[in-house]
Amino acid sequence: MTAISFQSVSKSYLSPKGPKGTTFLALDQVQLDIQQGEFFGLLGPHGAGKTTMISILAGLTKASSGRVMVMGHDVQKDYALARSTLGVVPQELVFDPFFNVRETLRIQSGYFGVKNNNAWIDELLEGLGLADKADANMRQLSGGMKRRVLVAQALVHKPPVIVLDEPTAGVDVELRQTLWQFVSKLNKQGHTVLLTTHYLEEAEALCGRIAMLKSGRIVALDTTSELLKSASGNVLRFKTTGTLPPALAARARVTGSVVQLPAHNALQIEQYLAAVRESGLVVEDVEMRKADLEDVFLDIMNRDSNASLGQGPSAGPPQAEAANAGSDEALATTSVGST
Amino acid sequence: MTGWQTLLYKEVLRFWKVSFQTIAAPVLTAVLYLMIFGHVLENHVKVYNSISYTAFLVPGLVMMSILQNAFANSSSSLIMSKVMGNLVFVMLTPLAPIHWFIAYVGAAIARGLVVGAGVFVVTAWFADLSFVAPWWIAVFGILGAALLGTLGLIAGLWAEKFDQLAAFQNFVVMPMTFLSGVFYSIHSLPPFWLGVSHLNPIFYMIDGFRFGFFGQSDVSPWLSLGVVGFAWLVVSALALHLLRIGYKIRS
Repeated sequence: MTAISFQSVSKSYLSPKGPKGTTFLALDQVQLDIQQGEFFGLLGPHGAGKTTMISILAGLTKASSGRVMVMGHDVQKDYALARSTLGVVPQELVFDPFFNVRETLRIQSGYFGVKNNNAWIDELLEGLGLADKADANMRQLSGGMKRRVLVAQALVHKPPVIVLDEPTAGVDVELRQTLWQFVSKLNKQGHTVLLTTHYLEEAEALCGRIAMLKSGRIVALDTTSELLKSASGNVLRFKTTGTLPPALAARARVTGSVVQLPAHNALQIEQYLAAVRESGLVVEDVEMRKADLEDVFLDIMNRDSNASLGQGPSAGPPQAEAANAGSDEALATTSVGST
Repeated sequence: MTGWQTLLYKEVLRFWKVSFQTIAAPVLTAVLYLMIFGHVLENHVKVYNSISYTAFLVPGLVMMSILQNAFANSSSSLIMSKVMGNLVFVMLTPLAPIHWFIAYVGAAIARGLVVGAGVFVVTAWFADLSFVAPWWIAVFGILGAALLGTLGLIAGLWAEKFDQLAAFQNFVVMPMTFLSGVFYSIHSLPPFWLGVSHLNPIFYMIDGFRFGFFGQSDVSPWLSLGVVGFAWLVVSALALHLLRIGYKIRS
């Protein structure tokens, strides 16, 4: 059975910039089905439309066109049934300062008409490491603890579909591990999980299938293993303190002094190293590793950029195109020109 | 408890947990009004023939407290939840617009009546009161709180910032309550202001409420009931419509 279904969903907002009445298309004809029991990842850069999708799913925002179903219920027409099957962990760290943790969970249970829920509330408190904070006021909790309560609130009515909108943003390792153990257990019990995160290693480890979203459109949708197979294969990794040539910089993942470049074949590795040598950079700790989801993500996002840039006449100056595109051709041209 | 009962319980618990601010403070304010106005005007103002000014003042102050606190409860709860972002916990639930309406207005009535009872208990010591028609007292107390609680719901949905809500409270609710005959009989006003007072629905609430105590009023309690009941139906229809379309809460 399909747990979540987005059927040609578009959403436009009035743009705060530009002339009055200008609209901004946040989602463009999104089509996506998530089956019951899946652990599904929804990835994309900031502003890609992930939270808009979740807001429409949760009934916080109305789609401009299209239809969204949860467990067979239309989120607008049958909102009560749809929402009772859905547990959403919002992205913002919000809380009600008037109540303690246990009161918060009891009240949230009550909204869904769940009676005598103390046993499950105790299990949630235990499972999420909140047992010793049950009687603490929400104001007294740290950010990480508040995040745990948000998760517990979303799960308090045992929803068959769980939506986690960046649940580990800014939280410590311990919470991440506790949270993922708990959510994985629920997923094994048959709960469908939809996760958005910027921690791609989490998505790689947890999600069976992943959709990548960019500028309101799904640009990749496959199982995690297939997406990893589609990657360049390997990554050239080295350290340098100098400034990379523009063509390399456009393709590279740079973290401090560590540079990582997707490498399809030996020729490409040679081209990279030649470009580095020509620019006079000193490199050390050179190594090859297997590509991970982050490499796939960057590759797909860049690929889509190239396609978009190639489509429009107003894509920008040619230099910017070459630098942004980071295509093999751009790299080869620069390398040849500089050697 | 069902969903709407839980929301009602939560809204009542919310003001009860800060009762020093939400109940004790308005009771003290009303007592101060009574002591100052009662002391200054007792021998200078004559309203209904056989009733002292302080006795006349008590039901007005009780009703004014009911109305102001009913408005404050629903409006402040909504604006706080909107600004702090925790309204999302209610928005994610299967609760229907009518459930929101019952819970927010129900809690506003509860707070209005609790404060009104508190003001009455304290101020009744200062005056010799009668209860000619207690049902009118109950009807206007509840209906008045419901009307202002519903207006508070609308204001809470409309306002995006605390100062917008404060403006609504200070420039609409406060003048309407003060100019409604709390401190005087409108028959003591010049003809123009007498006519203006008849356009103020809060005047009918206070006049009908006072009739329950003394059996005397500026207009018939049935007329007051009709005006207040009609006004409540109009603002309720508006509030339910705003909740249905998710006005300023669902984009």
